[in-house]
Amino acid sequence: MFAQILFWVLAAICIISSLVMVGSSNPVRSALALVLTMLSLAVMYITLSAQFIAAVQVVVYAGAVMVLFLFVIMLLNLGAPALPEQPRSMQTVLAIALAGVFLVGLVAAGVFQNLPAAPISAKHLHGLGTVQQIGYSLYSPHQPWLFPFEATSILLLIAVVGAIVLARKQPAETEGS
Amino acid sequence: MLDNLTEAWQHLRNGLYQAFIFPEYWHGIHLPALVPYLALVMLLAFTLGTLPLLIWIERVVVSLMQDRSGPNRLGPRGLVQPVADVLKLFFKEDLQPANIDVRIYYLAPFITMFVALAAGAVLPLGSVGFRAADGHLFSVPLTVGNVNIGLLYMLAASSVSVYGLVLAGWSSNNKYALIGGLRASAQVISYELAMGLSLLCVVVLAGTVKLSGIVEAQNSYPFGLHFLPVFLKGSIFSWYWLQSLIVPVLLYTIAMIAETNRAPFDLPEAESELVAGFHTEYSAMKFAAFFAGEYVNMLVVCGLNASVFWGGWLPPFNCFPFTFVPGFVWYGLKVMMGIFFYVWLRATLPRLRYDALMNLGWKKMLPLALVWLFLLAGYSTLRQSNLSLLPKPASAAQTMAGR
Repeated sequence: MFAQILFWVLAAICIISSLVMVGSSNPVRSALALVLTMLSLAVMYITLSAQFIAAVQVVVYAGAVMVLFLFVIMLLNLGAPALPEQPRSMQTVLAIALAGVFLVGLVAAGVFQNLPAAPISAKHLHGLGTVQQIGYSLYSPHQPWLFPFEATSILLLIAVVGAIVLARKQPAETEGS
Repeated sequence: MLDNLTEAWQHLRNGLYQAFIFPEYWHGIHLPALVPYLALVMLLAFTLGTLPLLIWIERVVVSLMQDRSGPNRLGPRGLVQPVADVLKLFFKEDLQPANIDVRIYYLAPFITMFVALAAGAVLPLGSVGFRAADGHLFSVPLTVGNVNIGLLYMLAASSVSVYGLVLAGWSSNNKYALIGGLRASAQVISYELAMGLSLLCVVVLAGTVKLSGIVEAQNSYPFGLHFLPVFLKGSIFSWYWLQSLIVPVLLYTIAMIAETNRAPFDLPEAESELVAGFHTEYSAMKFAAFFAGEYVNMLVVCGLNASVFWGGWLPPFNCFPFTFVPGFVWYGLKVMMGIFFYVWLRATLPRLRYDALMNLGWKKMLPLALVWLFLLAGYSTLRQSNLSLLPKPASAAQTMAGR
């Protein structure tokens, strides 16, 4: 019962704040609304007993990524909504249409296709999303996930090195950008 | 009562760190279920109740270190001075600058205060011993939420706490405040990495991210040497400041000072360059909320330091006069020593230049923390493998038996 109420409240916060994120003309307000969406998602993860994912969601997305977004917005000082009224472009129409198709698809999948319900019970979920459990699933030799995990981390490392190479100052004698 | 005392005496003889044991059921009330509520009251009372005292401590200690009198008008040794300061802030006019983002301007101090208080929810303030009906003993850590992801929760709270400062700086419509907010966010992001890695060193040793589990893992023999006398079990030499070979605690202490924007890392509010930084445009109680939030933040990071590196509620030696003092007293003492260290540094060190700050965080502390993490990972694997010449770990088995 409590979980149900919590779910509906969180869902309402999540949807409203994501609508504000899309609709607000002030970039800082948009970023804050996105933070609120991410925080409510984190609480939803906790109600699904995925504690580790919830903490990582807050640390990585609400903490690091969004602070960087805010940093850039403030550095460029995109404060006042001084943008001229743009004519409604093709992009807007296409975005609304695609969102509608996606919504219809989701509702259809939920209502008509009878997706299997997740086996939610206290006994089943106990210790499911703890750090230990995720560690066992990722790194255990009996599970196939170690290689994809390491491949992903190498991919991220390449991205970091690439970013540094791109951002590095060119020597003066070579032709710069 | 006598029963309790004799039992307590037995536990002292056996070298258990708890001298006070409560029954599990008292008049039909399940006492362990009430522990989180007790912790909640203690946490709020301690953090909010010691705020005026902290301000007084800071002013008096700094004045002694700088060889001047400090507050000496109101009350003995100026003890009532913080009360007067708070009253002044209450009655001050609440100014509101023109052309600001009003909602975010009013929200920012509350974010700072709220996040700082919420971060303390997972700190284990102590440990309460209970005796079940069948006679076996168990202990319940005195925390509001004894969650499985305690350490990650603290990191998450510290990364969210920067929003208060950044938004305050941005919404004030003041260039000094904006620069202060930007500096705060850059600084917190930079030092979060070294902070997380130095805490990860301890996680590698303890094998858990639960804060009460980390404290319990420190209740073992130093470096697993079982032949040592029992008064050294869970003593100051087996806490993780020494077991993680000292470097992580130094890194964490530097990072925690930078995270809370205190001297010598107080660039976001450097008064010689930025007036007062991100809170330039805040007056009266909104300024007080920032001020209080900073002090609560200091208490919380010192609390994390105390429970991760300095043994939490454990007494410094596992023998008679120390074990008789309740755990939360030891914990409070350790937190207060952290606060004293803050004030000491403030009176000692000059403010860093901005590039030196970034240099220290990214080029010195981060690589050192990474190297140390690898070293400690290798060390703990060696300790766990049968091939090693090093002593085998006993902490896991002992804490399991102790529960």
